[in-house]
Amino acid sequence: MKRILKLLQSNKKTSASIAKERLQIIISHERTKKDRAHLLESMQQELIEVIARHLQLAPGSVKDQIKLDLAQNEGQSVLELNITLPDDELVAAAIE
Amino acid sequence: MAHIIVVTSGKGGVGKTTSSAAIASGLAMAGHKTIVIDFDVGLRNLDLIMGCERRVVYDFVNVVKKEATLKQAMIKDKRLENLFILPASQTRDKDALEKEAVGEILDELKKEFDYIICDSPAGIEKGAFMAMYYADSAIIVTNPEVSSVRDSDRILGILASKSQRAESGAEPIKEHLLLTRYSPARVESGDMLSIDDVMDILAVPLLGVIPESQAVLKASNSGTPVILDEQSDAGQAYGDAIARLLGEDRPLRFTKMQKQGLLKRLFKQKEGAAV
Repeated sequence: MKRILKLLQSNKKTSASIAKERLQIIISHERTKKDRAHLLESMQQELIEVIARHLQLAPGSVKDQIKLDLAQNEGQSVLELNITLPDDELVAAAIE
Repeated sequence: MAHIIVVTSGKGGVGKTTSSAAIASGLAMAGHKTIVIDFDVGLRNLDLIMGCERRVVYDFVNVVKKEATLKQAMIKDKRLENLFILPASQTRDKDALEKEAVGEILDELKKEFDYIICDSPAGIEKGAFMAMYYADSAIIVTNPEVSSVRDSDRILGILASKSQRAESGAEPIKEHLLLTRYSPARVESGDMLSIDDVMDILAVPLLGVIPESQAVLKASNSGTPVILDEQSDAGQAYGDAIARLLGEDRPLRFTKMQKQGLLKRLFKQKEGAAV
């Protein structure tokens, strides 16, 4: 009888093991989200350096000049990049 | 070389101040000149836990604002020769701490002390940030409970990215996990995260495990750091943690359920049946 009871108990998840599972999932999710934010930030910085070598950029902070977004849609990730140039620079680039 | 240790957790109520008081006292007992600073501006409590609440004249913010000298604000512990307390302000808000001014004060303290313990407030706002910014080591106080573990992980991320050591590219802050309010019986019955569970998730070296203990409330009632209660399980567990912090190798205690005698078990069953 005792053995049967033990067997039944071992099949049932303890609340601690549920807690551990939930924590592992949420923490790994939060860590990747933070890593991704870091990745975007450093990419943004590097991209701005490369672009500034070739084009005149709009004045202001990096965040005003370039917008980087990583969106996830059903199995694919889209990296969206928006760069703001001053008006005359746009014209000059178009003529070239 | 002075060493700055932040005692932090993210979540409130997990035992930061109790641990700060015990750790500072333990280091002083081991012969190191130690000061413990309350960074919880607006909600000071370290003075109560240390039993010096009636001796507070000036506080940390007074020193930051140059309204008092460090010497005037520091309170010498009455029990331990090497121990000093710097209380937080009760009236100002947490924005009263400025990074540069805090850095200057810590530099001055470094000349005089072996250990500077920074008792962090809960949360991840300015007070908590100030407490950890200049740290060489961090003691992460965690309860075996989901919200505490999650918040500890957040704090670890902040330590690794926002501290002075992280910003200057110096050797990273040394991290220690202090698991508090641990109940071996509940772990055994499957209702509490075990030491291994928490370490699997946080991956930080273990400094010590403090059992859930009646001694902690008793100690705070009387304003005596629990480490001074050398008969108590929590006091001894803090003593072990200090020894490990100082490089000694000590096995864990109070982490296994105590085997109950047959009589006690029978008695307990009867008690259960009667309810």
